[in-house]
Amino acid sequence: MSNIPETGRTPRVQIRLVVIQILVFSLLLTLGGRLWYLQIRNGKEYTDEAKNNHVQQVVQPAVRGSVLDARGVPLADNETRLVVSASRTELMKMKDRGKGVLTRLAGVLEMKPDEVINKIRLCDSKTPKPCWNGSPYQPIPVTDDATTQQALTIREASEDFPGITAEPTAVRRYPAPGKARTAQVLGYLSPVTDGEIEKAKDTDSPFLRSDQVGRSGIERTYDKELRGKAGVTRYEVDNLGRVMGQTKSDPGVAGSTLVTSIDARVQAVAEYELNAAMKLVRSETDKITGRKYEADAGAVVVMETKTGRVVAMASQPDYDPNAWVGGISAKDYAAMTSKGSNYPLLNRAIQGQAPAGSIFKVVSASAAVRAGHDFNDKYNCSSSYSLGSRSFANFESKGHGPITLGEALKFSCNTVFYALGHQEWQRDGGLKAKPGAHDWFYKTARDFGLGSETGIDLPNEVTGRIPDRQWKQNFWEANKDAWCKQGKKGGSYVEQIAYESCLEGNQLKAYDSINFAIGQGDVLVTPIQMATAYSAISNGGTLFNPTVGKAVISPDGKSVREIKPTAHGKLPVGAQTIRDLDKGLRSVVEPGGTAAWRFGGWPQDKIPMRAKTGTAQVYGKQTTSWLATYTDDFTIVMTISQGGTGSGASGPAVRNIYDALYGLDDAGNQDLKRALLPKPQKTLPKINADGTIDAPDIKPYDPKAQLVDPAEGGVPPLAGPPPHLRD
Amino acid sequence: MTTRTSFSVSRYAPDRGPVARLTARDSVLRRLDWPILLSALTLSLLGALLVWSATRGRTELNQGDPYYFLFRHLLNTGIGLVLMAGTIWLGHRTLRGAVPVLYTLSIVLILAVLTPLGATINGAHAWIVIGGGFSLQPSEFVKITIILIMAVLLAAKVDAGDQLHPDHRTVAKALVLAALPMGIVMLMPDLGSVMVMAVIVLGVLLASGASNRWVLGLIGAGVGGAVLVTALGMLDEYQINRFAAFANPELDPAGVGYNTNQARIAIGSGGLYGAGLFKGHQTSGQFVPEQQTDFIFTVAGEELGFVGAGLILVLIGVVLWRACRIARETTELYGTIVAAGIIAWFAFQSFENIGMTLGIMPVAGLPLPFVSYGGSSMFAVWVAIGLLQSIRVQRPMTA
Repeated sequence: MSNIPETGRTPRVQIRLVVIQILVFSLLLTLGGRLWYLQIRNGKEYTDEAKNNHVQQVVQPAVRGSVLDARGVPLADNETRLVVSASRTELMKMKDRGKGVLTRLAGVLEMKPDEVINKIRLCDSKTPKPCWNGSPYQPIPVTDDATTQQALTIREASEDFPGITAEPTAVRRYPAPGKARTAQVLGYLSPVTDGEIEKAKDTDSPFLRSDQVGRSGIERTYDKELRGKAGVTRYEVDNLGRVMGQTKSDPGVAGSTLVTSIDARVQAVAEYELNAAMKLVRSETDKITGRKYEADAGAVVVMETKTGRVVAMASQPDYDPNAWVGGISAKDYAAMTSKGSNYPLLNRAIQGQAPAGSIFKVVSASAAVRAGHDFNDKYNCSSSYSLGSRSFANFESKGHGPITLGEALKFSCNTVFYALGHQEWQRDGGLKAKPGAHDWFYKTARDFGLGSETGIDLPNEVTGRIPDRQWKQNFWEANKDAWCKQGKKGGSYVEQIAYESCLEGNQLKAYDSINFAIGQGDVLVTPIQMATAYSAISNGGTLFNPTVGKAVISPDGKSVREIKPTAHGKLPVGAQTIRDLDKGLRSVVEPGGTAAWRFGGWPQDKIPMRAKTGTAQVYGKQTTSWLATYTDDFTIVMTISQGGTGSGASGPAVRNIYDALYGLDDAGNQDLKRALLPKPQKTLPKINADGTIDAPDIKPYDPKAQLVDPAEGGVPPLAGPPPHLRD
Repeated sequence: MTTRTSFSVSRYAPDRGPVARLTARDSVLRRLDWPILLSALTLSLLGALLVWSATRGRTELNQGDPYYFLFRHLLNTGIGLVLMAGTIWLGHRTLRGAVPVLYTLSIVLILAVLTPLGATINGAHAWIVIGGGFSLQPSEFVKITIILIMAVLLAAKVDAGDQLHPDHRTVAKALVLAALPMGIVMLMPDLGSVMVMAVIVLGVLLASGASNRWVLGLIGAGVGGAVLVTALGMLDEYQINRFAAFANPELDPAGVGYNTNQARIAIGSGGLYGAGLFKGHQTSGQFVPEQQTDFIFTVAGEELGFVGAGLILVLIGVVLWRACRIARETTELYGTIVAAGIIAWFAFQSFENIGMTLGIMPVAGLPLPFVSYGGSSMFAVWVAIGLLQSIRVQRPMTA
C-alpha cells in the first residue's frame, strides 16, 4: 500500500530528514561495533579481569620438606619462629608512606628505623641490599626472631601498627648436625620474584606470592619436590569484600622429604679436614715463590665408587646458610658476594676448575694404550725431555730409567708422558692435523668425561676445558684481536706471548701436546669430574652421574621415589687396562710411590688404597694441590688452590677422612665401633607409620681419635717426604 | 480539521459499535504504529528484568524487598502506557494549543528544583522529592516542552502556508525560548540533560527548514560554548574528572575511572551469550555503581551477552526507524518537527548512555530510554511515544 502523502514540504526539509536518519543509524552502528569489539574480540581479557575482581584468595603456605642425610639426620628442616611482617601495599596508602608505623615498629623490635625501612624497600639495580626482591604484594618479613613479648606488644596495640602482623611461621633452618654445614650443597632460598611468578604461571607448578624458591644447591634442584603446594581457598566477594560464597579450593600439600646420600658425620669430617689442611698449609712457605701458601680455596668430594652417590662434598671458603633465612642482611650479603669475599657461595667441587696436573696421567696412560702402546712396555723416564731448544724437565730433574706405564704413575714420571704425547702429536700430523687424525690424548680425555658436565644433581656445574685443535681455533678467533693489539715482538714476557698467540695461536703446538700429556697448559677440570673418573677406574669402567639426592619421600611417608644411579658413559679402555691402571695407582701408596709417605701404616692388604698425586702449575699463582684416591667402596678427591703439592697439602686430610670412614687409627688398627661408614649406606632411613623419620644421634667429629701414641707401637709421622717422592 | 469526540479520526466515519470501531480499517488501533509500540514495550519489560537483577541484592536500596524495583519499574511502565494513551487520545494538535501552558509549567518546576524544594542526587541538584519514595526530575519533561514550544513557533507560519521556511525572527524567538530552561538546568548543574537539549534543538532546527546559517551557527555556538565553559572554569572538578576518566580510566582507577572500568569489565566478560540472568558476578557483586539507572546497559552486557545487548540496540533502532518514517510521512511541518526532536532526543541519549558504558563517551548521568529505572524518564519517553503515535494516527489516510 503506497502511503506517501502530499506533504508540501520543501526539498530542504526532506533532505535534512534523510541526513538525520543517516546520522542516527551511524550512531547505532558505532555502538554495535564497539559492543562486538568488547564482548567478542576482547571478551577473554575482560572475563579474566572480572574473575580477579570478585575472587579473593587466601593462601596457606605449604611447609617445605626437609633435607635428610643418608641416615635420616636433618640437614635442612623448619622451625617455628615469630615473624613480624609489613604489608607494603597497606603502608604505601598512608600519608607518610608508613614511616610513622615503621619507626614505632623499630622501637618495639629494638632495631634502627632505617634498618626496618630498608628491609621493605623494593630491590632494583640501584638499591643495595637489604631490600625486598619478592613480590611487592606479599607481606614482607621485617624480622623472623621476634620475642613473644614483642609479638604480643604488636598484636595488642594493633591500631598503632596498621599493616603489621606478628605470627608464628615455619621458617627454614639449617641445623648443621655435627658441625656439617653442607652449605653450598644445600643452597639457599629467597622469595619468588614477580618475573618468576609470571613465567611459571601456566606450568604444572605455578608460584604463589608467598613462596620461597631454592636458589642454588639441593634446594634449587629439588625445589619442586621440597616446595609442596600451598593450600588456596578462593572466596567470591562483592565490591566491599564481603564474602558471598566459596569457589574451587585447592587443598595444600606439604613438601616432600628429600633423603640425600650425604652422611652428615662424614661431611663434618670432610669439612673439618679440608679447612684444617688449608690452615696448616698457609703456615708453610712455598719454595718457588718464597711466600707462604695462600690456600685461598679448596674442595673435597667423597663418593661411592659403585653408584656415584656423593657421601660428602665440602668447598672452602664456605658460609652459614642460615644467614639467608628471613632475608639476608647487608653485611652478610657483602661478605658472600663482594669482590674481596673470595665467593663462598661457589661450590668449588663442581664450579671450581683448575689444571689437573699429574692426576691427569691416568688419562694419558689410557690414551697411550689406545694409541697402540703396551701398558707394560718399558718407556724411558729421563730427567728431561727436549723439544728443539726447549727442555721439559722431570720433577726435580730426576730420571728413573726405563719403566712401565704403571711405574710412571707410581713415580709420577713426566718425561714418559711428554714423549708419548709428543709422538702422538707428530703421528696426527703435527701443526696441521692429517685427515683421520686420532688425537688419542684429547679424545680419551673427553671419553673420561672431562670437558663436559658430569650431570650431578646440583645446579650450575661447569664443564672444565679440553684444549684440542678445535678449541684452539675457536679460542684464537675469539681473542686474536685483543692479542694482536697487546702483542709486541721482543717485548715483555706477556707481550711476547700475546704476539706469538696473535700470529699462530690457532695452532696446536708440540709443546701444547707435551703439556697436555701431564695435565698442564690450557686443560681445566673440576673435582667432581676427577672423582667420577677415578670412581670409574675403581668400579670397572662405569662413569656414573654423581647424585646427592637419594630418595623423595611423600609427607605421609607412603610414597617413596628412589633416585637410581644413572651412568653417562664407560671408560674407553678394556678391563685389562683398567686393572693395569688400578695396579699402578695402588703402587703410588706403596714404598717408592709419591703418596707412600702419607699412607704409612695403612692396612693395604685389608683395604687396598689407590692414589694419584698432582701438583698443577697455574700461571701467576702458586701450585694447585690435587690428590685423587679410591678404595673398593669410596673415592676421595681433594684439591687446594695455591696449596702446594698433592701429597703434601691434601695427603693427611684425605687419610684422616678414610680413617674416620673405616675406623682406623694412624697405626692402621681398625675399630669398627668407631668406623663411621665402613661400607656405603645402602638402605634408606626407617620411615615411621606417620611418615616421620627419626634422626639418629650424631656426635661431633673428634680429629684426635685416630692419633696413636708412638710409645704404644704407633708409627711416628714422617717429618717430610724424601724429595724424589714428591710429585 | 477533524473533531475529536471519538477514537475514530475518519472524517466520514459512520456510527459503529465500540468493537467495530476499534477493529475497523480506519480505527485508531489499526492505524497505530505497532512496531514502535511493541519495541518500546519490549525495551521497558527487558528493562524491568535488568533492573530487578541489578537491585535484588542491594538491600541498602530495596529496603529488603528484592522485588521492590521490579515492581516499581513495571508500575512506571504502566503509568507510561496510560500517559501514551492519553496523549494519543488528546492528539498532538489539541495539545498544540496547550503548549504555552505546559512550557510555563515545566519552567516553574525546574525553578522549584533550585529552591529548597529540590534535592541533590549524585552531584546534580535536579530532583524534587515528593514523598513516599517518589521523586520527580523535571528536566526530563523540559525535553518535551522544548520540542513542543519550538515546533509551535517554527511551524506556525509555514503550516498556515504563509512562508516556505521559518524566518530569522521566528528562529531567534524559538532559540530564546529553548535557551531559557537550558540555562536553568545548567545551574543545577545537570550537564547531561543540557547536552541532550542542545542536540534536540539542533534536530528541531534541522527539521524546521531554518536556514543553514542557523544550523551551522548553532553547532559553532555549541562547540564555542563548551570551550568557553571549560576555559572559564565554570565546570566543577567532578565534571572534568569524569571527562578525563572516559578517555583514560587508568588515570584514576579508584575514583572516576572506577565506574568506566567496572562497566567495561562487566560488558566485556559477557561474551556472546552472557552469564545468564542473575548470574553475572559483576552485577551480583555490585561492582558497577548506579547500575539500575545510568549503567543498566552493563547488566544486559554481562548477563545477556552480545545477543541480549545487541537486541536492545536493535529495538532502539526500530523505534528510531519508525520515528523517522513518521517524521517523513506526516503532512504538517509541526508534526515533522516534533518527531525530529524526539528522534534527536532518543538517539543522542541512547548513544551517550550506552557509549559511556562502552567507554567511548564521557560519563554523564543520563538514563537509557525505557530501560533505565526512573519514573520521570519513563513517563517522558512514553509521552513522546504518544506524540509520535498521534502524529501518525492523525495523518490523513491516503488510499
